[in-house]
Amino acid sequence: MKKLRRVWAFVFCCALSLILLAPSLAAAAGGGAKPIAIVADTRFIENDLLHWWAQMYNESHLTFALMTMIIIPLLGCVLGFVADFFMKMTGINLEHRELAEK
Amino acid sequence: MDWLYLMMPIAGVNIFWPGLVILGLGVGIIGGFFGLGGAWMVTPGLNILGFPMAFAIGTDVAQMAGKSLISTMRHGRFGNVDYLLGITMLVGTVVGVEIGAQMVMWLERIGRVDQVVRWIYVVLLACIAWIVFADVAKRKAKEREALQAGKEVSNLESGLDWGAKLQAIRIPPMVHFKQAGVYCSMWLPVCVAVFTGWLAGILGIGGGLIRMPALVYLIGCPTHLAVGTDLFEVAISGLYATASFTYKGRTELLAAVIMLCGAAIGAQIGVVATKYVKGYGIRIVFGLAVIGCLVSVLLRQLASIFPDARVILNNLAAADVLGFVSAISIYITVKMVSGAKAEIAAKKQAAGN
Repeated sequence: MKKLRRVWAFVFCCALSLILLAPSLAAAAGGGAKPIAIVADTRFIENDLLHWWAQMYNESHLTFALMTMIIIPLLGCVLGFVADFFMKMTGINLEHRELAEK
Repeated sequence: MDWLYLMMPIAGVNIFWPGLVILGLGVGIIGGFFGLGGAWMVTPGLNILGFPMAFAIGTDVAQMAGKSLISTMRHGRFGNVDYLLGITMLVGTVVGVEIGAQMVMWLERIGRVDQVVRWIYVVLLACIAWIVFADVAKRKAKEREALQAGKEVSNLESGLDWGAKLQAIRIPPMVHFKQAGVYCSMWLPVCVAVFTGWLAGILGIGGGLIRMPALVYLIGCPTHLAVGTDLFEVAISGLYATASFTYKGRTELLAAVIMLCGAAIGAQIGVVATKYVKGYGIRIVFGLAVIGCLVSVLLRQLASIFPDARVILNNLAAADVLGFVSAISIYITVKMVSGAKAEIAAKKQAAGN
């Protein structure tokens, strides 16, 4: 156990020194890149829904973000309920489990 | 075969959509089983399918939020989620991630952040793998000692008991996390969350890979509870990350929705499999997954050091991730199917008697 502790202390010290030395290791390089503005190319999108979606992205990132924030959890919940419904049909007990490490 | 490809309206790339379903299925299985977001496998996977890196990350966090929500719902019904512990840790995680993100920006201002971050990642993954297998070895040693003494080790006991030692530090306020069966100072989960959040912020990952073992080894949570509680946190922090990336215009919702369809099935398989695998089974496979991830990061790091061999090393890294993801997904699915078969057979037998 003592040996194990010594190895752990060594690994921990290595990790810590790496984190502390990180800035000096990185000091030689140049500056960062400028942010890039991305625009969706709507000219070749034939599907109306996708066209509307891409258009909304181009017009307002805030509306786009809000819509995504609503759709993702909503879809997650719906798919979760549907998958759960089908899983229950298998006849497995989905309410209880044995809590054991070994 | 054009119908197998779908034009992504925002990223403007043609994507092989069955690949998205398979990727979603794989990350659903593995995420549900280990309590991970799975960014380490999805981001390179999306990149391989043809997404530019910025979109691969944004799309990944969006599907991660939805997928983790599905898995949390399932784990919650099993009683595997301690919501109070999750919320307590969330506070620390937010603070930690913010400190980590600020540190990365500071590192970026002075130079080569990528290299440094990747080496920290390598050391961290090596530490996690070492802890997991040291714990397994310690538990076996305890079993041997108990056998010699004619006793039996409790099936809830861990090899490494750092959690119990840290729980013994009584700094008020003390909190009882009933579901997890942990009574400790409120500062313990908060400090652990700040630490894991800080690491996640520096590494630019969701943090499940660090938080799940931290919940087990530092807080003393049973493995199943650690998996469920971590997923709850991943779902919330994933939503926050989705908002951030989407506002910056780096999310392809269509791809995230397709992936979620696969993830909904995968999450059920992964979560239900935890019913049939004991805590140490989950820990050992998790340790193997960490080694797979470590090898992949090492190969990518070597690719940046040796530009001549970049293509081969990057391909090897991709093959490593895909190989590990496939092997672990198959293992979990087999465990789930065999466990379910045995349970249904036992039920039929009981009904017959």
